[in-house]
Amino acid sequence: MSQKPFLRIENIRKRFGPIIASDGVSLEIEEGEIHSLLGENGAGKSVLMSMICGMVRPDEGEIVFKGETVRFNSPREAIRQRIGMVHQHFMLVPNLTVAENYILGQGSALRVINDMDKVHAKIRELSDRYALDVRPDAIIEDLSVGEQQRVEILKVLFHGIDLLILDEPTAVLTPQETDRLLSLMGDLVKDGKTVVFISHKLDEVMRVSNRISVMRDGRVVHTVHVGETNARELARMMVGRDVRMELPRSPEPPGRTVLSVENLTCRAETGLPAVRGVSLNVRAGEIVGIAGVSGNGQTELSLALSGLLPVDSGRVMLNGKDITGLDPATINASSFSHIPEDRHKHGIVVSMSLSENTILQRYDQKPFASGGMLNRGVIGEHTRDLIKRFRVKSRDENQAIGSLSGGNQQKLVVARELARNPDFILVNQLARGIDIGAMEFVMEEMLKQRDNGRAILLISTELEELFAICDRILVMFHGEILGELPPDRTRLDELGLLMAGQTEQPALAS
Amino acid sequence: MDDMMFLTFLATLVGAAWRLATPLIFASIGEVFSERAGVLNIGLEGTMLVGAFCGFAAAFASGSILLGLLAGVAGGMLFGLIFAFFTITIKADQIVVGAALNLLGMGLTAFLFRTYYVSTGKGIEIAQPVHIPFLSDIPFLGEAFFRQNLIVYSTVLVAILASLVLFRTSFGLTLRAVGEHPKAVDVAGRNVAGYRYAAVLVGTGLAGLGGAFLTLGHSNQFVEGITSGRGFIALAVVVFARWSPTGAFFVSLLFGLFYALQLMLQAQASIVVPYQVLQALPYIMTIVTLVVVRGKGAAPSKLGQPYEMR
Repeated sequence: MSQKPFLRIENIRKRFGPIIASDGVSLEIEEGEIHSLLGENGAGKSVLMSMICGMVRPDEGEIVFKGETVRFNSPREAIRQRIGMVHQHFMLVPNLTVAENYILGQGSALRVINDMDKVHAKIRELSDRYALDVRPDAIIEDLSVGEQQRVEILKVLFHGIDLLILDEPTAVLTPQETDRLLSLMGDLVKDGKTVVFISHKLDEVMRVSNRISVMRDGRVVHTVHVGETNARELARMMVGRDVRMELPRSPEPPGRTVLSVENLTCRAETGLPAVRGVSLNVRAGEIVGIAGVSGNGQTELSLALSGLLPVDSGRVMLNGKDITGLDPATINASSFSHIPEDRHKHGIVVSMSLSENTILQRYDQKPFASGGMLNRGVIGEHTRDLIKRFRVKSRDENQAIGSLSGGNQQKLVVARELARNPDFILVNQLARGIDIGAMEFVMEEMLKQRDNGRAILLISTELEELFAICDRILVMFHGEILGELPPDRTRLDELGLLMAGQTEQPALAS
Repeated sequence: MDDMMFLTFLATLVGAAWRLATPLIFASIGEVFSERAGVLNIGLEGTMLVGAFCGFAAAFASGSILLGLLAGVAGGMLFGLIFAFFTITIKADQIVVGAALNLLGMGLTAFLFRTYYVSTGKGIEIAQPVHIPFLSDIPFLGEAFFRQNLIVYSTVLVAILASLVLFRTSFGLTLRAVGEHPKAVDVAGRNVAGYRYAAVLVGTGLAGLGGAFLTLGHSNQFVEGITSGRGFIALAVVVFARWSPTGAFFVSLLFGLFYALQLMLQAQASIVVPYQVLQALPYIMTIVTLVVVRGKGAAPSKLGQPYEMR
């Protein structure tokens, strides 16, 4: 194609506070193609597309659509230029009907709505044309997630668009619904539309795309035709960073099994299955890692293990004792430490002091309390000791923990959990928000704990973190453990393939 | 009590109930608008007091009931503007601001009334019942339904109009969406804050009207604390009515019935219950309804939450 590109993005930059979301992105989309944007979470795919559809304004750069430079102040203006986006979080008002959602904000505000029949007819016509099964009078909150997504897509079509952007549309869909969506994308292209498909799932991207752009760290690193690449290459481009491989490994073979999980299943808060039959063992003196693109059930797995999410079936044994479905306090008290993914939700109380946070689980136990009264002196001394040992940068132990930096908050959480002398430590995202110096320190602490015979399960989306300290790495995809591999024998692209759900590599099952 | 007397009693009761429900109907329908847009205005009591005072003052000065009513609406809206500024623009807590405005409304109206009017001791001409030929003369039914003043009749119109605006116009649709999923409205290119301001102003304007009715269509005087909790009862009415304007109309009538009942039972010599218990009836019923109609079922999901623009 020699003509001008349909959409050209040139050197777009966007930062949110200290975070650079787009670091000079350039990209060209051709008319009538399905163009996939592939990349890990946080690579900057959604932000880039939000700028194209008017949700977010770029700091710098140019967007040229159909040969004209455009600058949208709102999604409405983008829609007027026939660019529409279906977001990960639906923009549907739950207690209104499909048709009411479609006409929301249309026409004069003081208009009496008297053309509902016409709107219904148009929705039915579009729904039939693309076999979307959308009923105009259905109330949104009665629909399943998959149905709501079709309503969203039809909404964009209803408003009339030439460019459709789909942001991780398959993340919430069942396999059947995914098939249906992928074929719909083909139909749309046949009708002369252009589709941008944001995803981190290699197989889907390979199936539908004409061209694929891989994003990493806020930049487009590669754009390729689908025929000129393969999943393995894409995986490498997506993960594509050097990983430190040299770290002192424990010479000691691991000891007895401390934590054993059998066939665990549980559902996410949305009610969708999140963990689908996970089995694993963690032995004394080893660090087992769980790798995976976020959103593949890791969050739910760690919540279920620590008692924060109900278990549907399966068993969790700690030191030979069944702890399945016990309440978090009981699990906490049975030699189980948890360094949670969401520190502010499950780790600390931001408005309380360092001292108070260090005794959150043990405020009613000796020596921190006696006769129903807190022993301020003992608590203060204990906290000062932890602050010193873990080099938590703070004024004193009475400072509110919320006023510390994220890294120092994390160090205090790690300090608290390790100070409880647990047999088992569950870590989800060890180094989140931590600077490099603190990260190495915390990792060394973990290694020391391992050498002292603790069993550690480290869930992380950061491969570097996993490769640095794990003895074994399991890969989680779609709520299942897809494979297990020791880090020193693994090539990065193989890990990337597993993380994207590709299992046809026989060499990996060791 | 023979049948005739009972029918008379019933007719008078219904007539009084509608009259006593009128301020509640205005205030609760107004609050439906406000809450549908996600703004919980617990400052209704103060707003109604301001409406009652402004209505009285304007009618006292001009001798016109219509001007009084307009002043009541304007006073309520002005008060609402303060509320809207703090809760929508500044994003202060709606409960705190509402509580503050209640105190301000009580203090301010009491102060102004004592300063300017209490020594005059004079009242105003209140709105008189309209005699509708034929209809007003039907036995019992006429007494129950057709011997009211125009303000009372207008409640029906307000309820119908409110329902049409909320459910049949683009404005109403957007307003309801603002209380459920403001971001969707923002994305659709409408100004969320603007809609919330509009909803609060409709709400406080109607609350002001409800207050003005107390001085212009019911009593002929302003009295300190004349609303005696009606603003709070209106809040309960909205919950009971499941955020529907027509629902608010009928639930208000029910509460009006309790008011009327306690007044009329007090007059019955044969009733031996202490009159304080009877007086408490509407308030007891408020608590009972709130306990019975619990759960958030139909409440707008973003009720009470400020909206952060992207």
